[in-house]
Amino acid sequence: MKVRQVSVFLENKSGRLYEVCKCLADAGINIRALAIAETADYGVLRLIVNDPDTAVRVLTQENFTVSETEVIAVEVPDRPGGLAGVLAPLYDANVNIEYLYCFVEKSGESAIVVFRVEQIDRAIQALQGSGFTVMREEDVYRI
Amino acid sequence: MEYFNPAEVLERERLEELQLQRLRETVDRLYEKVPFYRKKLDEVGFKPGDIHDLSDLQKLPFTTKDDLRDHYPFGLFAVPMRDIVRIHASSGTTGKPTVVGYTANDIRVWADLVARTIVAAGGTPDDIVHVAYGYGLFTGGLGLHYGAEMLGATALPMSGGNTKRQIRLMVDFGSTILCCTPSYALNIAEVMREMGVSREMIKLKAGILGAEPWTDEMRVQIEEELGISAHDIYGLSEVVGPGVSIECGEKNGLHVFEDCFIPEIIDPDTGETLPPGQRGELVFTNINKEGLALLRYRTRDISALDVSPCPCGRTHVRMKRITGRTDDMLIIRGVNVFPSQVEAVLMQIPGLSPHYQLVVDRVENLDVLEVQVEVSPQVFSDEIKRLEELERRIAEEVRSYLGLSVKVRLMEPRSIQRSEGKAVRVIDRRKM
Ligand SMILES: [Zn+2]
Repeated sequence: MKVRQVSVFLENKSGRLYEVCKCLADAGINIRALAIAETADYGVLRLIVNDPDTAVRVLTQENFTVSETEVIAVEVPDRPGGLAGVLAPLYDANVNIEYLYCFVEKSGESAIVVFRVEQIDRAIQALQGSGFTVMREEDVYRI
Repeated sequence: MEYFNPAEVLERERLEELQLQRLRETVDRLYEKVPFYRKKLDEVGFKPGDIHDLSDLQKLPFTTKDDLRDHYPFGLFAVPMRDIVRIHASSGTTGKPTVVGYTANDIRVWADLVARTIVAAGGTPDDIVHVAYGYGLFTGGLGLHYGAEMLGATALPMSGGNTKRQIRLMVDFGSTILCCTPSYALNIAEVMREMGVSREMIKLKAGILGAEPWTDEMRVQIEEELGISAHDIYGLSEVVGPGVSIECGEKNGLHVFEDCFIPEIIDPDTGETLPPGQRGELVFTNINKEGLALLRYRTRDISALDVSPCPCGRTHVRMKRITGRTDDMLIIRGVNVFPSQVEAVLMQIPGLSPHYQLVVDRVENLDVLEVQVEVSPQVFSDEIKRLEELERRIAEEVRSYLGLSVKVRLMEPRSIQRSEGKAVRVIDRRKM
């Protein structure tokens, strides 16, 4: 139920994002989802890829600072109020959300929300208890 | 081996008699042979035979780097050029280099001094001494090389650079003692990790590291990563080169080889000699050198002297490790800052990389110090707030330690230039 996210430290210099993507492409890795959080001087690139182990290895070899974090991916119906619906059980269960980002599934019928939370097991329980589909690792990598 | 030369354990009284005799001979000889010193000594009313006591040293004039430059290249030599068998020079970042000359006997004395340093670091004739200091006009490479040979150890003249090759030969030849700058030792450890060479694959047992100021925190890291005992060596070409002083196994100050040099600590502003224990500018007088002997040479290095007896048995006074230079001290908004102080702060934060750079700039007439630190995997987080916390923590530690607010900037690994010699720690962009 937990998905591995690969995070990369990037200085705000032109070309660095390209170099990360190029490095992954050369290793035959597909990026499933990508989000960037940034400050004035640097950013953190968050990636869901089809092969996290290889991604970490090739990026480390290229001297990027990399870390791995467990996140959860939830299918949310792609309609107004979809996101609010999924946040309610987490709020009720007192789960702190550090950040989240969304991407749309191929079929376009549902969106996938990636959550980084402090209490990951409690969050999974709460979401499943409210009837949401918490995606399995291999399904996310296969999207 | 406990020591290399019996002079290292001479009783204080005998040592001081020897110093007095050699100082007297040196001053008399310089008065006769070097017009510069004759003039300087005449100016203070000093005549040959006027040295009666070691404290008379304080009446002698200082010598500075500018004096060497003003008499470029050979003007201060005390012997004819036919007696000089070796020249070294230190590159001047501004102006002319400073040039030094050695007689055949000077080369022997210097090699003996360096052999003493290798033994103090635990070396024996069985060791393979990997010399990664630069060979050439710089005294580091050849200095350690001749010392290793004098000891009867095996000298490996690697010189600096080509780190991967250094590591391959270190593994293949089984080098046991590494001689280089401390920042290069860390660079070697880093490249070893990249190459997948573990510390078990090398035979290093000791490091003789110098030519730039470093900290105890850096020592701990070098010792851990390379599995060695790291010893600080000190020297400067004007005085002889490496081999002026060395840390013994106690690692609590560097023994100055007082049968060859008399050290003093002075107040850099007034020139007044300071009592033992007080911090100030280090000054050396050569008392066992023929080609170029300097009286009260001002090193601009900041240190203090410790006259208490050392458990190792050496009777020679210890100088504290250099904490900075009077001339690379940065003055930022009126606060004196040595790069080594910032380094000490950084190394106290677990997981932080020792690669850092200080960038000084003037923004709207205000000096701004930016501390650039590389983000290691140990301190990296996918959460921006944790990275911001790290920046704040570094800034807060620097502020409480130095009384100076700084901007911290996190950098990608290897974005700060690696040194194969002296690390560039400061970039001063202020136009002055
Ligand atoms: Zn000692």
